[in-house]
Amino acid sequence: MQDITHAQRRRRDLIIAAVLIAVAACVPMFVKDVYVQNIMVLTLMYAALSQSWNILGGYCGQISLGHALYFGIGAYTTAILFTKFGILPWFGMLIGGFISAAIALALGYPTFRLGGHYFAIATIVIAEIAFLLFLNWDWAGAALGIDIPVRADSWLKFQFTRSKLPYFYFALAFAAVAWLVTWWLENSKWGYWWRAVKDNSEAAESLGVVVFKSKMGAAAISAFLTAIGGAFYAQFVSYIDPESVMSFQFSLLISLPAVLGGIGTLWGPLFGAAILIPVTELTRSFIGGSGRGVDLIVYGSLIMAISLMRPDGLLGLFSRKRKKEAVR
Amino acid sequence: MTALLETRGVWQRFGGLVANSDVSISVGRGEIVGLIGPNGAGKSTLFNLIAGVRPPTQGTIWLDGEDITATPATERCRLGIGRTFQVVKSFETMTVIDNVIVGALVRTTVMREARRKAFEVLEFTGLAARADVPASELIPSEKRRLEVARALATEPKLLLLDEVLTGLTPLEAQTGVELVRRVRETGVTVLMVEHVMEIVMPLVDRAIVLDLGKVLVEGKPTDIVRDPKVISAYLGDRHAVGS
Repeated sequence: MQDITHAQRRRRDLIIAAVLIAVAACVPMFVKDVYVQNIMVLTLMYAALSQSWNILGGYCGQISLGHALYFGIGAYTTAILFTKFGILPWFGMLIGGFISAAIALALGYPTFRLGGHYFAIATIVIAEIAFLLFLNWDWAGAALGIDIPVRADSWLKFQFTRSKLPYFYFALAFAAVAWLVTWWLENSKWGYWWRAVKDNSEAAESLGVVVFKSKMGAAAISAFLTAIGGAFYAQFVSYIDPESVMSFQFSLLISLPAVLGGIGTLWGPLFGAAILIPVTELTRSFIGGSGRGVDLIVYGSLIMAISLMRPDGLLGLFSRKRKKEAVR
Repeated sequence: MTALLETRGVWQRFGGLVANSDVSISVGRGEIVGLIGPNGAGKSTLFNLIAGVRPPTQGTIWLDGEDITATPATERCRLGIGRTFQVVKSFETMTVIDNVIVGALVRTTVMREARRKAFEVLEFTGLAARADVPASELIPSEKRRLEVARALATEPKLLLLDEVLTGLTPLEAQTGVELVRRVRETGVTVLMVEHVMEIVMPLVDRAIVLDLGKVLVEGKPTDIVRDPKVISAYLGDRHAVGS
């Protein structure tokens, strides 16, 4: 009995995801507006990034507010390898992922001994240090950043000027992969270990969970996927500088969709991104170029509203409803 | 044949406070042993030393003839020590069965197998009907049982129970007592810390009484309850004189 309902729920999730991907893949046939397409690309990218963040922050409960670091490393690795060594972005993307994962492990070694808020503070500080280092690192373009030379459209070099569609499909694939990885991990030993660590690490230890190793694993996977997103973003905007890929704002943008949608849930990040990203993009365009601060005010208000009213995210609204029905 | 669990001259100091001094106890295979004593006797401290929360200041701890003094809690679970917590520590955001699956994953990495095992343990502990409920919704007595279920899923040789019967209604306590008996029947050795003597005494084969960090007496429950030293430790000297 037990086994069937659990397996059924997982299969249902998989089917919903397949349908969503199929529907999303068809959307560009009807939506030709470049501005809207741009928002769709960003929404999918942040859904994927937040899904990656959710592995460490949501499932494992280690709230990182420094994921801009991994995002930036991904972007910089790809851009530097391409402009200085002619290495194709596809390889740069993977290399950036591995470098980020390695950095996450190196940073996790000391920081995972910190509890609760101290860990979150440490991640902010570390990302900020990296930001300043890149701002002053001449070889990596310092404050001027790196211009990725754009030539003819090419899948090989992963750059397109005539259409946003290739970026859209990559972002869709990225979101799908991040979701699938989470779906798979959720029902693995890792997934159970992470949630146990989040809920009560002392009890987890007594049940044979290697707490430190679980955190390290979550950090590495999360950083790897985040760097893939950074690499994609570098290609998408074809110009990067520390401000545009490593600033604190990205750390917020990466974590917020998951927090908004439902932290530590499979669908939370996607759901949150689908609401948050269009709202911020539209706010920004309505208010115009000088409205940079306004989106931050929007995030701030959202965080406060969520933490006061629905700490388990918007998806919690549905489960609360379900629970009431079950009681009846 | 060596004892399953042994502590040899174990000391635990917290700054100037001596919580355990020179405690040597042993628990044989298949026994139910009660670790009792008045408040502040050092029961929980000793319990935590055996569970591997911290290493003792001095002395050694042996499981199955193997020195586990320096072995961390995680590894002790692997070696066959399961434990519950006095203040329950359920994984609140997870369902009841998911809580138990965490324990089962020590012995297998195949999810289907872990889930099957977890459900089996839930049936054994009488929680099967609550399998899909979030742990946060359980009532206190169910949470106690979940602690036991989680520990049993790790397939322990030795089960450490920290006041699992305290604070329950008489009926709940009776169910708990029966559960402990059934656990022993499956071949698991049980060491239980208990505060309430009248509940544990009929259940245990042997009781070890701690007082002021030391082993006061140990023996059959029937002898223990008549021992003047125990009575005076619990009630003060005045009562002991009369007996």
